[in-house]
Amino acid sequence: MNNQSSNNLFEKNQVSVALKQSFIKLNPATMFRNPVMFAVWIGTIVMAGVCIWIGTGEKNQGSLIYNIIVTVILFITLLFANFAEAIAEARGKAQADSLRKTREETPAKQLVLGEIEVEEIKIVPSSQLRKGDIFICETGDTIPMDGEIIAGIATIDESAITGESAPVIREAGGDKSSVTGGTKVLSDKIKVKVSTEPGESFLDKMIALVEGASRQKTPNEIALTILLAGFTLVFVIVYVTLKPFGDYANTPITIAAFISLFVCLIPTTIGGLLSAIGIAGMDRALRANVITKSGKAVETAGDIDVLLLDKTGTITIGNRKATHFWAADGITDSRFIEACVLSSLSDETPEGKSIVELSNLNKSNFDTTGATFIEFTAETRSSGINLNNGIRIRKGAYDSIKKIAESAGNHFPTETITRVNAISSNGGTPLVVSENEKILGVIELQDIIKPGIQERFERLRKMGVKTVMVTGDNPLTAKFIAEKAGVDDFIAEAKPEDKMNYIKAEQQSGKLVAMMGDGTNDAPALAQADVGVAMNSGTAAAKEAGNMVDLDNDPTKLIEIVEIGKQLLMTRGTLTTFSIANDVAKYFAIVPALFIASIPALQGMNIMNLHSPESAILSAVIFNAIIIPVLIPLALRGVTYKPIGASALLRRNLLVYGFGGVLIPFVGIKLIDLLVSIWF
Amino acid sequence: MNSEIIGVIIMFLATIALAIPLGSYIGKVYNGNKTWADGFLKPLDSIFFKLSGINPLKEMNWKQHLAALLTINSIWFLFSMFILMNMSWLPLNPDANPSMSADLAFNTTISFISNTNLQHYSGESGVSYLGQMVLMLFQFISAAAGMAVCAVVFMAMKEKTTDQLGNFYNYFVKSCTRVLLPLSIVIAIVLLFNGTPMTFKGKDQFVSLQGDTVNVSRGPAAAMIAIKQLGTNGGGFFGVNAAHPLENPNYFTNIVENVSIILIPIAMVFAMGFIIKRKKFAWMVFGVMTVGFLLLLLPTIYLELQGNPAITKMNIAQPLGSMEGKEVRFGSAASSFWAITTTSTSNGSVNAMHDSLTPLSGMFTMLGMMVNAFYGGVGVGFLNFYIFIIIAVFISGLMVGRTPEFLGKKIEAKEMKIAAIIALLHPLLILSGTALSSWLYAHNPAAYAGWLANPGNHGFSEMLYEFTSSAANNGSGFEGLGDNTPFWNIACGIVMLLSRYLPIIGPLAIAGMLAKKKYIPESAGTLKTDTTTFGIMVFAVIFIIAALSFFPALSLGPIAEFFTIK
Repeated sequence: MNNQSSNNLFEKNQVSVALKQSFIKLNPATMFRNPVMFAVWIGTIVMAGVCIWIGTGEKNQGSLIYNIIVTVILFITLLFANFAEAIAEARGKAQADSLRKTREETPAKQLVLGEIEVEEIKIVPSSQLRKGDIFICETGDTIPMDGEIIAGIATIDESAITGESAPVIREAGGDKSSVTGGTKVLSDKIKVKVSTEPGESFLDKMIALVEGASRQKTPNEIALTILLAGFTLVFVIVYVTLKPFGDYANTPITIAAFISLFVCLIPTTIGGLLSAIGIAGMDRALRANVITKSGKAVETAGDIDVLLLDKTGTITIGNRKATHFWAADGITDSRFIEACVLSSLSDETPEGKSIVELSNLNKSNFDTTGATFIEFTAETRSSGINLNNGIRIRKGAYDSIKKIAESAGNHFPTETITRVNAISSNGGTPLVVSENEKILGVIELQDIIKPGIQERFERLRKMGVKTVMVTGDNPLTAKFIAEKAGVDDFIAEAKPEDKMNYIKAEQQSGKLVAMMGDGTNDAPALAQADVGVAMNSGTAAAKEAGNMVDLDNDPTKLIEIVEIGKQLLMTRGTLTTFSIANDVAKYFAIVPALFIASIPALQGMNIMNLHSPESAILSAVIFNAIIIPVLIPLALRGVTYKPIGASALLRRNLLVYGFGGVLIPFVGIKLIDLLVSIWF
Repeated sequence: MNSEIIGVIIMFLATIALAIPLGSYIGKVYNGNKTWADGFLKPLDSIFFKLSGINPLKEMNWKQHLAALLTINSIWFLFSMFILMNMSWLPLNPDANPSMSADLAFNTTISFISNTNLQHYSGESGVSYLGQMVLMLFQFISAAAGMAVCAVVFMAMKEKTTDQLGNFYNYFVKSCTRVLLPLSIVIAIVLLFNGTPMTFKGKDQFVSLQGDTVNVSRGPAAAMIAIKQLGTNGGGFFGVNAAHPLENPNYFTNIVENVSIILIPIAMVFAMGFIIKRKKFAWMVFGVMTVGFLLLLLPTIYLELQGNPAITKMNIAQPLGSMEGKEVRFGSAASSFWAITTTSTSNGSVNAMHDSLTPLSGMFTMLGMMVNAFYGGVGVGFLNFYIFIIIAVFISGLMVGRTPEFLGKKIEAKEMKIAAIIALLHPLLILSGTALSSWLYAHNPAAYAGWLANPGNHGFSEMLYEFTSSAANNGSGFEGLGDNTPFWNIACGIVMLLSRYLPIIGPLAIAGMLAKKKYIPESAGTLKTDTTTFGIMVFAVIFIIAALSFFPALSLGPIAEFFTIK
């Protein structure tokens, strides 16, 4: 699926774009959005001023070269932080562009009303199509714009979007009526109504989100920014008050030392990486071929408590399959199987096909000249065939065939009733077959549960996510499959409003619900759900209602989306912890350096045994700058999510990022000091 | 083992043993459940409710609670200003003590109404008995106000969505009548039998062996001492507070008073566990507080028992430890225990002079006040802790991959804003106050020479301590500071005022807003707040925010002094 995505974190061209952006982003209006880095920005300007001041003859601020180095390191810190954001943007944009590339200018066959009120075809460039316009696509045409089929049926190659080479069928009226710009019609002809204005497709919206122009901070990002601003203010207080303290203790403190202390203590690491983490979250969703309409949706995905999953396609492979023929007493197996195959010859449903498959008989051996096929209808709930020789074979649900048999005065064999019940309680679907209103036997249809799905549900359970299976099956069958697949709950004989009611009930009790859907009748539920993922093949209404669109139309995608959301939040949390934990070591590096000149006894506090006040301050600032690019890969990839339960996860992350965050800077600063002490 | 240390262990264990049942009793009182004391105490509350025409069952939302708190406090403020500035002609003044100046009355009133009890006057000569009794009244109401707000926050932490958080006057009156008053009576009687005076007569006289006539101040002291300890007030009847032989006559009264200091702050934590039905969570909170408390206590006891390094250098043995400023009847260990309990609980009464503690012990007393949540003041200690919990929940909630929630309620930008402001308020007030005084002193040492008994690092500690004590609503002092001047009276008054009310309003507002939010039931993916891991997280947040931001200041004061005399 990741055919267009590259796993290389730093692609050459992206890096060069990001480098350029790092400088452009130095614009104070942009910096202002990030209070932590804006504080560093001001510090850099002040230091630049100090350098000039020393150049004009000031003697009490330390050597010019030392001050210039501090200024440069602060400047580089800013560039690193900007680079983190820019590279995340570049990656996201590249990913989105590769999707957008598929929809370059293509000629469109627009239907317009001609002079004599007759529709005629006019060739226009795709960029001229507007919402509501109608165009036609025939075999070999590339679809010029996103739209909804209003007439016709076609096979379409969507590999440009999904990477899946097997063609798909799209037709008017159903739940699979959407077509995407850039995909190719392989056969037949369709009439399509344009569903979006140019530049307003989901993909366009997503690119705008990534590029920053319309990127809104998510609620959680805002709250975290407030906390970080709070931390920054505490340190503003700490360092402003140091001046009078220094006056009292007769300790002159250089401006470089003040600003270094301040910049080291404020949470620059997380401040510099925060927006990169958010963008990378959306980017990861995009790499999973999911288009999100807002950053908030990804964040919410991490909070999901309940997942509504359609049985078919998610929990089971496609549709039910025939697994066994059970002939009634007195009927030979071969006769029964023959009847089954005859009744299914023209049955194009997956169930029908699977019956022929199971029989191992060749279709062409059957002579059906002059036979009439009886289609399945909702009233009769059975289908079958009337052969030339007057034989009527029917297959269908137990009660409908029973009615047929009994109204003809025939007895329904008890052993078949037993069999029917046995099949039902095993989660299968019994299909009873009759010949001339006499019961021949029963075919067992079974759902095939996807391999590995139990493990995924187990994983979700450990995340605290409840899984709910939605199915049209009867409660007995549903219960069996639910148990076998390991879902926590199920909705049987589900109608669209049942989904809606279930979602509302869960939300009433405070839970967040995610679901996936494609049909127009899913739209209200998609809108109601906290995370609604519409399939790309779904109707325009469904895509409009949801807050994500899955280009692969893969129902298991929901599970991935939840993990991406959790990863995003975790990355924020762990890097915040790391950033704040770093302060401990930085205090021990800088505070002794500030006062050692006037209170030599404070040498006892220099536990890292740093070489000199200058080398201590430089080492701390250099460490502070370097740690940002070192953590960029982590910010972009995200912290690995392990479903081991919240407490274990906290313990693990606290150990790695909290305890590690305390230790690493001690080592790092000491090592840098060893190097810096050669000159200072 | 050293019998001094055994004494400390007994005091601590006795406190916990008493605090657990007291906690569930307080929980029942606030919940409105039946208690064994209803029989004889209910009529007492009814008198207050009838007299004032208050219906104790009328529910209030958090804003109404806040309005009630502020109304009560401003009325008492005016009342106290009037009494203190007119004591000289009002009754109950046998020693003919003068009225207070406006700035001193302002400082004293704020000090008592804010549960600080910073005293820039001396009890013997600075107030009349009427003044003392008004101040004693404040020791009840300021403690009860803190407990009442804390009760509101407990109610808001329950597992439901509501904005109806009980009645403020109900919690307030019951805190007085059901908790503080009965306990005070018991403690006062114990003190009375051990020699603490309780009289309205003026100074007593005796002729010493040298033939001098000595005047001994006395008054209604036993009653005031009981509530000053129980309500973490700390304002002594006599100038030298609990070091005075009439306030704290012997080792036994020292145990009783010291236990009273931390009893209710610890009991409030257990009351919370009882009210919100999360005992394990209460134990987590208690555990974090206790670890922090012990980290301050153990090195202090060790350092004080070691003695003063400057004296050791003179080759003088100090078998009793560093005894400068301490009472022989208590000894180093019990004095250290008192010093840490009184500072970490915002009590502020002293049985030894903190100015004379060895440098790092002095720092630990300051750290106790800087954190102000290792037990903390009655009610308000938990409120301070609540802010740290909110911040810890926010960060660790993210770390488990969910947007943060606390007890089933989502923490969002608004709550974070309040928590951040409250968390930075404490460093702001302490550091900027100290910065202002350091700046004044540094730029004109001659004009402010009267401030500092010891210039240099120790003088810095004296100023830092004074503002820390004011901001923590503690009230103890490094007595080397000449603090009865308009600068200190007004500066400390403002600091006390801000750091009393804002840290009460903040948690109240957060809890009130969270209570109104939708309740999200716990799942396997939810952050558990009652685990050791989360406890470590809270501790780390406290350490980094509340302790480390003072690190530069502390290194110029006690740490520099420590390394200098080492």
